[in-house]
Amino acid sequence: MAEDIAIKVENVSKLFKLPHEKQGSLKSAVVNFYKHKKGFELQKALKDISFEVKKGEFFGIVGRNGSGKSTLLKLLAGIYSPNTGDITVNGSLTPFIELGVGFNQELTGRENVFLNGALLGFNRKEMIKMYDDIVGFAELDKFMDQKLKNYSSGMQVRLAFSIAIRAHSDIVVLDEVLAVGDASFQQKCFDIFRDLKKQKRTIILVTHDMSNVERFCDRVLVLEKGKILNVTTPSKAASIYARLNIEEPGETKGSPVKKSESRWGTGGVKIEKVLLSQDDTTGNKIFEVGKNLKIDIELKRSKGYENTPVVCGLAFYNKDGVNISGPNNTGQPIKANAQKLTFELKELSFAAGDYDLTVALYDEEVISPFDVLDKQVHFSVISDHIVHGLIEITDVAWQSD
Amino acid sequence: MIRIPHVLSKKNRALLSELVRTDFKLRYQGSVLGYIWSLLRPLLLFTILYLVFIKFLKVNYGVPHSAVYLLVGIVLWSFFLEMTSGCVSSIVGRGDLIRKIRIPRWLIVISSSLSAVISLLLNIIVIAIFMVLNHVAVSADILWLPLIVLEMYVFGIGIAFFLSAAFVKYRDISYIWEVICQALFYLTPLLYPVAKLHWPIVREIIFSSPLSQTVQDARYTIVTHKTYTISQAFPSFWPRLIPFAVVVVTFLIGVSYFRKKSKTFAEDI
Repeated sequence: MAEDIAIKVENVSKLFKLPHEKQGSLKSAVVNFYKHKKGFELQKALKDISFEVKKGEFFGIVGRNGSGKSTLLKLLAGIYSPNTGDITVNGSLTPFIELGVGFNQELTGRENVFLNGALLGFNRKEMIKMYDDIVGFAELDKFMDQKLKNYSSGMQVRLAFSIAIRAHSDIVVLDEVLAVGDASFQQKCFDIFRDLKKQKRTIILVTHDMSNVERFCDRVLVLEKGKILNVTTPSKAASIYARLNIEEPGETKGSPVKKSESRWGTGGVKIEKVLLSQDDTTGNKIFEVGKNLKIDIELKRSKGYENTPVVCGLAFYNKDGVNISGPNNTGQPIKANAQKLTFELKELSFAAGDYDLTVALYDEEVISPFDVLDKQVHFSVISDHIVHGLIEITDVAWQSD
Repeated sequence: MIRIPHVLSKKNRALLSELVRTDFKLRYQGSVLGYIWSLLRPLLLFTILYLVFIKFLKVNYGVPHSAVYLLVGIVLWSFFLEMTSGCVSSIVGRGDLIRKIRIPRWLIVISSSLSAVISLLLNIIVIAIFMVLNHVAVSADILWLPLIVLEMYVFGIGIAFFLSAAFVKYRDISYIWEVICQALFYLTPLLYPVAKLHWPIVREIIFSSPLSQTVQDARYTIVTHKTYTISQAFPSFWPRLIPFAVVVVTFLIGVSYFRKKSKTFAEDI
């Protein structure tokens, strides 16, 4: 194996036997044997996975629930063994699948520190040297001779974390340890990450929080259904991942108007079709931030309304039902006999997520509605970077004096 | 998985000592007398058996110092029993470690067996006290004792490896082992004078068990040379190797079964 490779995974597959019922006894084993029943189903958690992690790399593994990322992590950590294929690890490796593994509620804080330290590979002498630092970092000096069961969960996490960060192995494997703890604790985690990155240690982070991936990772592996979709840059991975999380687009040819409870109006002028497009590709339902979003609304005029001016209003709702924006064309030149209205958002600036669109047609005075289509058009926005808040404001300037 | 440099690595030694420490601390957690129970338990058992077999039934073992003779048997048997039945659930009991960190699996079984070794060492002190009280003459043969204990340990650990691995999938194992232990208890001449059994074939069966052989050898080396040992049960030389062969085969089967099964412990527990 080349010198600069930390972990090499070759053609790894992992099968799980899922028992039909709890097969915890000899009886069921014997019964199944005589009935020629297998008593279990095989599930392929990982299929033919190959990749390499370079030394000093901050490597991310992302995937949805059930994509096999935890299985892959446990294989890397040496907790599971693969059914086929090889995993070669170059250097010492410490997995953090959970903080405070082996913590025993009946032991005192002090005893737990030594036990946990031993599990991380420290001997007693080394632990005695580090003990004060660990306790100081966890801010638990007064509690060390109390049993762990008298600790709050926050105290336990703090203690576990301050032991965990002492691990000095070449490769660190982290599994969403960040999910626990309050903001200040997470901040501490981030600081540690930055330190680890500076020290050029190899880190593998398994997560589904894309903001952490973007913040720290050099390269990202995207897993889906036990297969590698891509190994790529964090920003590309973020958009691949976002696309995975959006329900598969079904009907892509516009949104034909249907009669329903969420539709009302006098019907003089009707919405025939709402068509969303980006970059000259129509029929999309997934749009990227920063690019334009075009909405074409085709109208159907009843007899007697052929030359009626129409005011069109839109409303964008996010998943929480919050109206992000409600543009309309009052004050704009309106062609009296228009057959099609086009709305164009020059630079899509919504935060990534799913949106519902309301389209409404009113008369010139905006008093009586011709046709209102309430939240019947759905689309999604993906982003290759994180937008904080509901919307990204562009055209801004920072100054520092 | 089991390679010599690996076994003795600094990391493993530290881990082992920490696990044993924890086991020992937790064992008598919440009991008033604590560690003293390690001594008290076999002593009380011994007192009962002493009263029943020596005082009331007046079993004649045909040896001097019959009390110490009885005690040595009880202590060694307790050691074997504690080690094997303690190890059965060791892997399952440490399931949280196995599922979440990389820890050599065999280390867990060894650490569990070492608490039985610690109890044994404490009990040997008790035996020594009794020997002094009973004016047992100590001969140079006592130097054999560590080897005899080692043989018993190897036998026990082989069984422990097998049982702990099998227990992951089949929880029936602990009940089955309980029954087998009961049988082994009577197969081993702990309470009855084996020399007085009429049929030679019975004595041969008894001495095919490493437990009988080690218990009687231990009594021979530390209590009295009048102990009936394997060389009397098997007049010719070759059959005397049977118990040793049993130990080696048990150990190899136990270790290889454990190695094979340990790959999937994390998912099976």
